[in-house]
Amino acid sequence: MIPPVLFELALQFLVLSLLSIGGANAIIPEIHLRVVDIHHWLTDADFSQMFALAQAAPGPNVLIVSLIGWKAAGVIGALVAMLAMCGPSSALTYYVANVWDRFRDAPLRIAIQRGLEPVTVGLVLSSGYVLTRMTDHGSMAYAITGVTMLLALTTRLHPLWMLAAAAALGALGLV
Amino acid sequence: MNAADGPPPIPHVTTRSLFIEFLKVGMSGFGGVLPFARRMLVERRQWLNDTEFTEVLSLSQFLPGPNIVNVAIIVGRRFCGPIGSVAAALGLMLMPLAFVLLLAMLFAKFAEIEAVRGACTGVSAAASGLVLALALKMGKTIRHAPWQIGIAIIAFVAIGVARQPLLWVLAALVPLSVACSWWRRG
Repeated sequence: MIPPVLFELALQFLVLSLLSIGGANAIIPEIHLRVVDIHHWLTDADFSQMFALAQAAPGPNVLIVSLIGWKAAGVIGALVAMLAMCGPSSALTYYVANVWDRFRDAPLRIAIQRGLEPVTVGLVLSSGYVLTRMTDHGSMAYAITGVTMLLALTTRLHPLWMLAAAAALGALGLV
Repeated sequence: MNAADGPPPIPHVTTRSLFIEFLKVGMSGFGGVLPFARRMLVERRQWLNDTEFTEVLSLSQFLPGPNIVNVAIIVGRRFCGPIGSVAAALGLMLMPLAFVLLLAMLFAKFAEIEAVRGACTGVSAAASGLVLALALKMGKTIRHAPWQIGIAIIAFVAIGVARQPLLWVLAALVPLSVACSWWRRG
């Protein structure tokens, strides 16, 4: 007997896969809406912890999806969520790559790409905003978010150093 | 005939080497895998030249799904068809997936310790800042077109502030934005 939660997980991420223009970072608010507000698989605190773990681990940021699956239904849940998240978009990519050469310079293709750019920017900004609201409950946390943002914008410092410094401040009980 | 004449030879790439090379890329990518994928594909193995890589990347960003997974799908397909795509994507995700699950299990085990929870909150706050910075960096490409700035603001207010469902926002906003883009082409 397959637990119903696995079907639900698969269904949620199969849909999200095709909505994720701009990648996983663009759909954080929608994932949060579905897994926290609608399905209650995670609390706000769980969600922001899983996001932190996914960022601290090496690998693409879509890993947050596997951690949500893991919270909802263990290791099997992680695999199901990940496969569902990557399956439809990968199949689409495979078939579009077949015909891409014919459309690369088509005016409509260029118009679509220019049209998607600002939508993606708005979505990623939404993700940053929602994550900040979810995580930051004190002035120190807001300061860390702000300083990290400025360092990432103005220096070439590797992000891992910023995450490590923030982890150290948090471990000392300062956040 | 000189080797520099004519089109460069198509590199011979096996399913096995796709899997192994993407496995290495997956393991090396702290804070973003894309630069490591580029280094492997263009510089180390020379499976793609610079222009080809940019094309693969722009197609990956154009389509839904994690960009780096799409890159693996396209590169795998180019050399070995569907099996190649599966090998590349699987190789890419295998180690990061195992590692992050291990990390989550360790975290669950030690989550009662206040310092561990505090560290996690700190990382989360910093990581939020990284996502905000990413959005602003991406925003540089659209800052000269007022209609694009307008669309980005609408997307932000609808999704980030009003928390409307993504499907409806995209269904309304993508056609509008593509129409603006078509009208403004030139």
